[in-house]
Amino acid sequence: MTEAVPNFEGLLREALAPVEPPADLVERLESTLTSITELAADELEAWELSAMRDPRNWVRPATALVVGGSAGAALVLLRARRRAHGSSLAGLDGVRDAAERALRDLEREARRLLGDR
Amino acid sequence: MSEQVSHKPKAQLDAEFSELYRTHLRDVYSYAYYRVGDHHDAEDLTEQTFLQAYRHFERAQRESNGRPLRPWLIRIAHNLAANLYRDRSRKPVAPIDDTTALTAAHTTEQLVEGRDELSRVLDGVQLLPDDRREALIMRFALGMDNREIARALGRSDGATKVLIHRAIKQLEEIVHD
Repeated sequence: MTEAVPNFEGLLREALAPVEPPADLVERLESTLTSITELAADELEAWELSAMRDPRNWVRPATALVVGGSAGAALVLLRARRRAHGSSLAGLDGVRDAAERALRDLEREARRLLGDR
Repeated sequence: MSEQVSHKPKAQLDAEFSELYRTHLRDVYSYAYYRVGDHHDAEDLTEQTFLQAYRHFERAQRESNGRPLRPWLIRIAHNLAANLYRDRSRKPVAPIDDTTALTAAHTTEQLVEGRDELSRVLDGVQLLPDDRREALIMRFALGMDNREIARALGRSDGATKVLIHRAIKQLEEIVHD
């Protein structure tokens, strides 16, 4: 019969059905990824604060607002899912966090722009 | 044209990486599971894959020119799996825990009716040479097309098509032997 191959491919598709990752892996992985994104920011922080004393890095203040908006929403995506029950206090922290990240991102952006020239 | 993808803000990169993670976690886990044959190693492999992907994400985005990153992710898992076996100097010992795999996506009737045959297919997959086994996992477990598989394996589209064809043929012979 000519349908031998399609049948076999169907069988293969059934045998190799996608496997859902276990819930504890998802939890662990998201926690690890969140820690790593924060670590990366912290490691850069000391270097960046000294770099910000350089007036050349205080450029494009408008970028800060744009970048700040995305910073508040972006990095914390994974973390936000884990903190589903967020409080008003967390909201204040979030604003401060976003502002600090905006500054860091602005500096990083400026450094890259200047470095490219 | 300007190089607008280079040097994105970290926050944006993180958001995009989060999206990549959510979209392809199941793909990476499925690949890892069928590749290494047990849940513990599959979990480790999945975790290491995403950690390494995070480290190189910006460069991968730049170099992908907008193409999907799933082949890149699977290639990371592929390399890590190869290292795992090199370190242990062995191939997967345990046959795939087909009870778990099969119950993930099959109805009861299918389980009763086709269990033996599906088990034989799974066992047969483990007997294939590495490249053929991987190609079949990518095609049938992850639903990747030839082009994606070619990118993940670092081969041409044509060579990949032949690889998959031969893999299916060989597996068919193993199963029906």
